[in-house]
Amino acid sequence: MTKRRDDLASWGRMPQATPKRVLAMPWSGQAPMWDNDDAPMLAYGCGRSYGDVCLNNGGTIVRTSAMSLVQAFDAEYGVIRAEAGITLEQLLRLTIPRGWFLPVVPGTRYVTIGGAVANDIHGKNHHRRGTFGCHVLRFELLRSDGTRYVCSPTEHADLFRATIGGLGLTGIITWVEVQLMPIASTSINVDRVKVRSLDEAMDVLEESDEAFEYTVTWIDTTASERLAGRGHVIRGNHAHDGECSTASLSRPPRITIPVEAPEWLLHRSTVGLFNTLYHHRQQARHSRFVSDIVPFFWPLDAIGSWNRLYGARGMLQYQFVVPLSERHAVRTILIELRRAGIASFLGVLKTFGTIASPGMMSFPRPGITLSLDLANQGAAMQRLFDRLDGLVIDAGGALYPAKDSRMSAATFRASFPGLTKFRHYLDPAFSSTFWRRVTQEPL
Amino acid sequence: MNPTNIVIVGATSAIARAIAERYLTGSSFVLVARDADRASAIADDLTIRGAAIVSIVAADLADLADHARVVHETCAAMPSIDLVVIAHGVLPEQDRCDVDPDYAIATFSLNADSMISIMHRFVNQLIDQRQGTAVVISSVAGERGRASNYTYGAAKAAVTAYASGLRARAAAYGVRVITVKPGFVDTPMTSHLPKNPLFASADTVAANVAAAVRRGTASIYAPWFWRPVMALIRILPEKIFMKLKA
Ligand SMILES: Cc1cc2nc3c(=O)[nH]c(=O)nc-3n(C[C@H](O)[C@H](O)[C@H](O)COP(=O)(O)OP(=O)(O)OC[C@H]3O[C@@H](n4cnc5c(N)ncnc54)[C@H](O)[C@@H]3O)c2cc1C
Repeated sequence: MTKRRDDLASWGRMPQATPKRVLAMPWSGQAPMWDNDDAPMLAYGCGRSYGDVCLNNGGTIVRTSAMSLVQAFDAEYGVIRAEAGITLEQLLRLTIPRGWFLPVVPGTRYVTIGGAVANDIHGKNHHRRGTFGCHVLRFELLRSDGTRYVCSPTEHADLFRATIGGLGLTGIITWVEVQLMPIASTSINVDRVKVRSLDEAMDVLEESDEAFEYTVTWIDTTASERLAGRGHVIRGNHAHDGECSTASLSRPPRITIPVEAPEWLLHRSTVGLFNTLYHHRQQARHSRFVSDIVPFFWPLDAIGSWNRLYGARGMLQYQFVVPLSERHAVRTILIELRRAGIASFLGVLKTFGTIASPGMMSFPRPGITLSLDLANQGAAMQRLFDRLDGLVIDAGGALYPAKDSRMSAATFRASFPGLTKFRHYLDPAFSSTFWRRVTQEPL
Repeated sequence: MNPTNIVIVGATSAIARAIAERYLTGSSFVLVARDADRASAIADDLTIRGAAIVSIVAADLADLADHARVVHETCAAMPSIDLVVIAHGVLPEQDRCDVDPDYAIATFSLNADSMISIMHRFVNQLIDQRQGTAVVISSVAGERGRASNYTYGAAKAAVTAYASGLRARAAAYGVRVITVKPGFVDTPMTSHLPKNPLFASADTVAANVAAAVRRGTASIYAPWFWRPVMALIRILPEKIFMKLKA
């Protein structure tokens, strides 16, 4: 009997999926626990992807989170090898006291390193360090037929490139070896700059990339057309002295949202009010302060299950990238959203630099990326997004699969030129709800 | 005093691993497990995280005749035992138990006989030393036989009763036996079950265990809310309980 597994949802809590079977890899050396009937299979880490890349409706889910042993840590050279289900938080708790940090961290510390590889995630320092995959030295891939491949830029290099950003479709990553980044302190010196327009935001962002390790812009998506793109550029560097402390890491969420919130909570008006208040909280153009890593990188982690705030219909993320020369596309999209009355609680703008990822299917590429959190509002919203997809693709851009639950097969193909090559490395017994959707293969 | 010489029986269990992580810095461990490769991966992990010495005793605990050797080799690996955690076991498929008594009894023996045999021997060892603590992982399932897992539950009932007797006997020698009754725990053993708010992480259970070790509590539910829940379930008249078919 198959039961709905809300505990195996994605972060957007939509679409819903019911796996026919759920397995758990207890450790990396585990022999395959599946047989032919279990196909299609898919690894599931922390389910922090927003859409359906981590879902496998009607298929078998292989949970990886119990597979979390550290295998080796060279504290002199900053190289760590751990099982793929370990979370960034668990890893950092071990490396920070020795002065090492992950060179790429996303907006939540509750993701697995296997998930970080499979989506080839990016952080606020893409312009300096590229994607997570740029720092992966080796990993082991377990295929459905039981073969294991140790992959690196020099061994099984094609599988290496296919698996980084490979959306879990090439098999199960059992362990990953990562090159860490030295830090002198877990304090970040932050400079927050208030900007009044998209152009100003872009100018400040581009100029900041030179002197700052981390740059990102929070933008007020509810601002009027004239003010479209106003917000705060947040830029920071690790302090040069101080201590490397994990005290704040281990603190659990301060509050947890126990149930789904009513629809009105994140209504256009409340979101607009929040954004306006937030924007004007800072009076001066610059605000300089010292922040701990936790509030700097992972402010949302302070609220457990905050995705429930978006109510029963779930939440969408919309994240795209367009080349730097296509700034106006970002502006057009912001204006279109506003005209449609769609308010994003959190809008984040960032530049991607030129460091290329080894991943064939990696999303980041040089340009501007915008990500928006939106309450799901059904069909009308979908139609609008289909139109926005067109703008993104016409501008030579791409959509981010980790945040997607709706792009068309055509948009997917246009976003990922490496797709044709990638298909050769698929594990025949692996698939996902996402993959079936964007390749239009019915299960 | 924080235990520093620690024995983990069933070291590959998720709860056991989480408990070991509570006592890392400077501690010595003996891991008793069937799969030596996996135990050695766990040993590496514990060492990287700060454990002083980690030794492995490989054993198939279903083989009761081998238990004396297990205890003997464990004792040879450390000067004395401060803490022994007994955590091995399986979660049988009740559907299969219903129609296959041989399978049912085989899992019953592993969960009851094997656990009782090894805990009895280790507690005797602690009594000889005149110090130490044994933590026995039982289950709320042992409180009442439910249609959905009575084979497992009956074995845990035996474990709980046995541990309570050992506790009373050992107390006179300054040795403590702590019974831990977890409810639903989110581990690979329960991956097939849809999770609900009653599920706890292995880490939460381990935190509860560490607190019980510190305070010397005789018997705990993990998490605590199972105490009132089970108090209620225990007093339900059988007629009503049967209808719940839970
Ligand atoms: C609050 C928040 C902020 C975020 N910020 C960012 C950000 O700044 N930048 C960014 O890039 N992303 C960001 N994300 C997205 C998130 O980082 C990615 O979706 C990440 O991949 C999730 O990891 P996970 O362990 O939860 O994987 P899941 O979501 O469970 O799975 C993701 C994919 O990885 C595959 N996978 C997982 N484990 C394995 C394995 N062992 N072997 C093979 N395949 C595997 C799955 O099959 C699936 O395709 C954010 C998400 C949230 C909720």
